[in-house]
Amino acid sequence: MIGPTLKGQRLVALFLLGCLLFNFPLLALFTGNSRLWGIPLIYCYIFAAWMVIIALMALIIEGRDQ
Amino acid sequence: MLSGALIVVLSFAYVGMLFAIAYYGDKRADAGRSIIANPYIYTLSLAVYCTSWTFYGSVGRAATSGIGFLPIYLGPTLMAALWWYVLLKMIRISKAHRITSIADFIGSRYGKSHVLDGLVTIIAVLGIVPYIALQLKAISASFSTMLRYPNAVAPTASLPFLQDNTFYIAMLLAAFTILFGTRHLDATERHEGLVAVIAFESVVKLVAFLAVGAFVTWGMFDGFDDVFTKAAAVPELNALLVQGGAAGNYTTWASLTVLSMLAIILLPRQFQVSVVENVNERHLNKAIWLFPLYLFAINIFVLPIALGGLMYFPAGSVDADTFVLTLPMAEQKTWLALLAFVGGLSAATGMVIVETIALSTMVCNDLVMPILLRWKFLRLTESPDLSGLLLGIRRSAIVVVLVLGYGYFYLAGEAYALVSIGLISFTAVAQFAPAMLGGLFWKGGTRLGALCGLSAGFLVWLYSLLLPSFAKSGWLPITFLTEGIMGFDLLKPQQLFGLTGLDDISHCLFWSMIANVGCYVGFSLWRQPTAAEHSQANLFVDVFRHVAPGSGSRFWRGSATVADLQTLLGRFIGPERANESFAAYARSQGIPGIEQVSANAVLVHYVESQIAGAIGSASARDMVASVVVEEPLALDEVMAIIDEASQALAYSRQLEQKSRELEAATNELRGANQRLQELDRLKDDFISTVTHELRTPLTSIRAFSEILSDNPQLEPEQRSKFLGIITRESERLTRLINQVLDLAKLESGAADWHPSEVDMREVLEDAAAALSQIYKERSITLDLQIPQQLPLVMADRDRITQVALNLLSNAANFCDKPDSRVSIALFEEAAALRIEIADNGIGISPADQAVIFEKFRQVSDTPAGKPRGSGLGLAISREIIHHFGGRLWVESALGRGSKFSFTLPLPHNSANHLVA
Repeated sequence: MIGPTLKGQRLVALFLLGCLLFNFPLLALFTGNSRLWGIPLIYCYIFAAWMVIIALMALIIEGRDQ
Repeated sequence: MLSGALIVVLSFAYVGMLFAIAYYGDKRADAGRSIIANPYIYTLSLAVYCTSWTFYGSVGRAATSGIGFLPIYLGPTLMAALWWYVLLKMIRISKAHRITSIADFIGSRYGKSHVLDGLVTIIAVLGIVPYIALQLKAISASFSTMLRYPNAVAPTASLPFLQDNTFYIAMLLAAFTILFGTRHLDATERHEGLVAVIAFESVVKLVAFLAVGAFVTWGMFDGFDDVFTKAAAVPELNALLVQGGAAGNYTTWASLTVLSMLAIILLPRQFQVSVVENVNERHLNKAIWLFPLYLFAINIFVLPIALGGLMYFPAGSVDADTFVLTLPMAEQKTWLALLAFVGGLSAATGMVIVETIALSTMVCNDLVMPILLRWKFLRLTESPDLSGLLLGIRRSAIVVVLVLGYGYFYLAGEAYALVSIGLISFTAVAQFAPAMLGGLFWKGGTRLGALCGLSAGFLVWLYSLLLPSFAKSGWLPITFLTEGIMGFDLLKPQQLFGLTGLDDISHCLFWSMIANVGCYVGFSLWRQPTAAEHSQANLFVDVFRHVAPGSGSRFWRGSATVADLQTLLGRFIGPERANESFAAYARSQGIPGIEQVSANAVLVHYVESQIAGAIGSASARDMVASVVVEEPLALDEVMAIIDEASQALAYSRQLEQKSRELEAATNELRGANQRLQELDRLKDDFISTVTHELRTPLTSIRAFSEILSDNPQLEPEQRSKFLGIITRESERLTRLINQVLDLAKLESGAADWHPSEVDMREVLEDAAAALSQIYKERSITLDLQIPQQLPLVMADRDRITQVALNLLSNAANFCDKPDSRVSIALFEEAAALRIEIADNGIGISPADQAVIFEKFRQVSDTPAGKPRGSGLGLAISREIIHHFGGRLWVESALGRGSKFSFTLPLPHNSANHLVA
């Protein structure tokens, strides 16, 4: 289960992606006055990115082993 | 109006239900049918992370900083992706070494150190105290809010503690936790019933929060867009939404993310549920994505509730931390308000129970017991049953922790919002990160480094975060904050060394991590790790390489009686449980009964790990040592064994390699030697053959010369006949010597070669012409069948001619029949020219065919009865043909003649050299 398996590496890559998505300067792109369906863009962005990360985690974990 | 009695009854009914669940869970566990052994319960138990902070505090935070509440949940989401490597390793190590708390873990990692154990425990207790206070504050606030139903107003200031319900709540929680967590001692420190309760509470708080969120979003407003659109219309709220961007400050955002990433693995209660209570490490898999999903779900409605509350209540009239309760109350939704209250109670009790159990285990195992066991006058090591004492210590620890929590709440709690209190605790547990993560992945970390790092980080935390929180509440002079200690400007606790522009959490995190990591790494590298550190570092960092349990007892050599060990275990976990435990051990070893169990290293390790569950691994080692008559195997000695073993291993690998090389060399030598011996034999043979061959002509020359010299009056015909013989024999001698020299040159590679383009037709015609006289004399027909056009070959013309002459003369020599004929044929093949010289002479037997190419081997049974020629011709010919890359062979049958063939390879671009 452990070791530099493909799953483990994918998860680490996902972690790095998450660090990028949830940090300055990408966050700064979504601040401002714009709205999506009346909801501030930053709120939409963070929750969407969060959901994508979770979905990818599920995909990596539940996907068939290599 | 809700009466206080109703709320109290409801609370107790809820708690009663929790007891029922715990009881059921424990019962099922005892029956071997665990209800918590699945990844979903495991994930829900991890959600103990979401406390009142989440339930009430997030809304409060969102009301002041927009999405600033989110990093606390994004961090754990990111960390979950690393669980695959980090948490799994912690679980594996803890299972292998029966580690039951984070203090035990860090202490064990750095050589089973009591001092480090104790320090971690103290940091954990002091660090967590504000967090407990947060829960107390939340419960107390929710309670007093509910009492004012339906008037949603901010709770009034705190009362003296005897009239303050918070104190009673704290004591109730203590009683509750004691009943839950310390009913009996279990060597593994696993509490199945408790985990079931935590999972249940996680469901309750999620459902309650979602219900309130849905009510606010769709009941009070018209969906998300409506909430946000209406909020945007209010200038102050719009500012919150827009500028509040990333909590207004990316540094704060990032440090909160980092803090929560560390908290999710380092908080004592998270360690308890995710590592200690883990049933099967496979459950971690699903939790990696289910747990973030839980966090996601519990956060969706935070902003709508916060914005709804801010818009609903006049500014400042209601504490934003209570919006979850006050919104349903203000809308007269009694049952929803009660559900929210129960949800908040779930969040708080879940946290308090697990946290205090984890802390009490630490205080007992890693702080109090090591000290008590050291006080010889207590004679604890001789006491027959310590389980009562252990339980007593734990229960007291639970009470003490809650009292401390209440104390903090009483002193400093009112000055802060919920989240700010929680963050003080997060920053404290983050101090474990260097020692913990460093210890997991870096073998070089030492006890000294961990001690110094932890102390330094802890002191910075104390100075720049905890004490200022007292100062802000007025319990320390405020000048401490504004002017620094004793007026030193550079030592202002929240602007250390003049660092400004950071919020107090980021500021503390920055300086404490600098101090912590700096000291940890610096002092770790100060000197060589000791034996114990080295050995533990290997066991921890390479845990996946070690075969699970048992690795700790590798170097135990001693003797103990089974009864002693059982009694010892009984003293810590009670005689009956000890008996059960030994029976389980016997079963696991495939032994029919306890009587047959033999005391060996495995049993000693088993007992030690069982006791480790009760009193911590460092103390367990001491206790077991007290009954095991152990031949002192000092750690240095163990290290020496390890070192020697590993060095020996390295040497033996080198040696193996060397010996393999040696063997190969020996084989080569042996081969060479055999070849040499063979050559030597050949040389001897050669010399004897050569001398023999030389002697024959010499003998006849000498004989005839003597005759001529002794008989001067010999007949002239006689004389000339004898002289002719002498001349012929001399010629033969010369030829022989020439050939020997020639062959020697060829074989040694010293021969001169003059390669050039050779036309084989010319060579063969020349050879035939040279021998035509002999053929004519013997009336042998010579047939040449050579194509007109032939490619040239690269060869030494003279040498090839020599071969042709040799073969032709051999053919002539062996043709005695009247109608003898020799034919020369030349064929052009794909990559070579093949020349055949065939005769219809006597032929060569298969046995002779095999040897005629060797030196001096001749077909002896010629009709003439004696060999003709020197016996070197074919050997020389073969050497020559081989030199040019060709082959020389014979096909023959006795009485049917022989056919000698040889090939000469064509140059690759032979087409250019066609001869007309």
